[in-house]
Amino acid sequence: MKTENQKAWFFVLPVLLLVAFNALIPMMTVVNYSVQETFGDNLFFWQGLGWFEQILRSDRFHAALGRQFLFTFLILIIEVPLGIAIALSMPRKGFWVPVCLVLMALPMLIPWNVVGAMWNIFTLPDIGLLGYFLNHVIGINYDMTQDPLAAWITIVTMDVWHWTSLVVLLSYAGLVSIPDAYYQAAKIDGASNWAVFRFIQLPKMKTVLTIAILLRFMDSFNIYTEPFVMTGGGPGNSTTLLSIDLVKIALGQFDLGPAAAMSLIYFAITLLVSWLFYTLMTKDDLN
Amino acid sequence: MFSWMAWTWPTALLFIGIFSAIGVLVVLEIRHPGGDARKGVLGLTTTRGDRLFISLLGSSYIFLAWLGLMGPPLWVPLGLALAWGTFCFWKV
Repeated sequence: MKTENQKAWFFVLPVLLLVAFNALIPMMTVVNYSVQETFGDNLFFWQGLGWFEQILRSDRFHAALGRQFLFTFLILIIEVPLGIAIALSMPRKGFWVPVCLVLMALPMLIPWNVVGAMWNIFTLPDIGLLGYFLNHVIGINYDMTQDPLAAWITIVTMDVWHWTSLVVLLSYAGLVSIPDAYYQAAKIDGASNWAVFRFIQLPKMKTVLTIAILLRFMDSFNIYTEPFVMTGGGPGNSTTLLSIDLVKIALGQFDLGPAAAMSLIYFAITLLVSWLFYTLMTKDDLN
Repeated sequence: MFSWMAWTWPTALLFIGIFSAIGVLVVLEIRHPGGDARKGVLGLTTTRGDRLFISLLGSSYIFLAWLGLMGPPLWVPLGLALAWGTFCFWKV
């Protein structure tokens, strides 16, 4: 048997310690909270799996989960094709390449809470540029503080504005890595634009697209700050996504037990979907 | 030092269980390097670590589903989870 040099593992140790401190230990604490009840003062009482049962059967959780899946579905179905389309239409060489890249990267440089505040002011019906224009110039009744549909359109548009660039930049990176020879071969064979996209560009973008979709899934599934700043979960509960509901339970009501149980269920869902997606997308590469 | 983490024996045992399983994997990996990769019945190429991950994730869903649909006691899902874990290490 060949003896392998295992020293490299020691270089991973600092990261492991860091992850232990900022993820593993808090996570273990959440597990501990999820089976207990507390009234403050660091006093805990055994509760068993009651919180899990309560959360799994609560209509409020089901509703928030449904809204969360709808939001993430809309984000992926809009941002991924749009991002690919923009990446395909961006120039591959010349003066406009850096201009396009910088313009694309700009929205991602803005912090979440600032994006929320910006879009809040932008869409307010009486003072916001977009809100005023829609309501008073075109005459559409558009008020995200009153109308759930308008609130949904606003948060989805905001996320598309903020994060489509990520899909664009990753797809673009995949596109520029395709050698010219592939295109020349396609031209000789008389391949249509669709065939070039389907059999050259898309397969070459697969790896980066997997990462892009995975990142967009996790980010949109865990989104908190933007809708919180924009709508605060309203009007009513119409934009109360999972994380907003979670924070309401944990910090608003100070129900640490149910909140911990809910966040573990939330975590299990994120973990399963991410794992399934990654496994299915990379299945053929490994075999 | 760790009192703020609100430890209980059942949760401590859960983590001791998971970390010992990982420890066993480390020992196995040192004895037989390569992760024992194989293509299982689900069409996935899995290593020992993958199989442990799938067992644990699947078990958590078995328990959550039972808790949400049927409620306690949890002996049946315990049996199902053990069966699932066995299946994972045997066939997946």
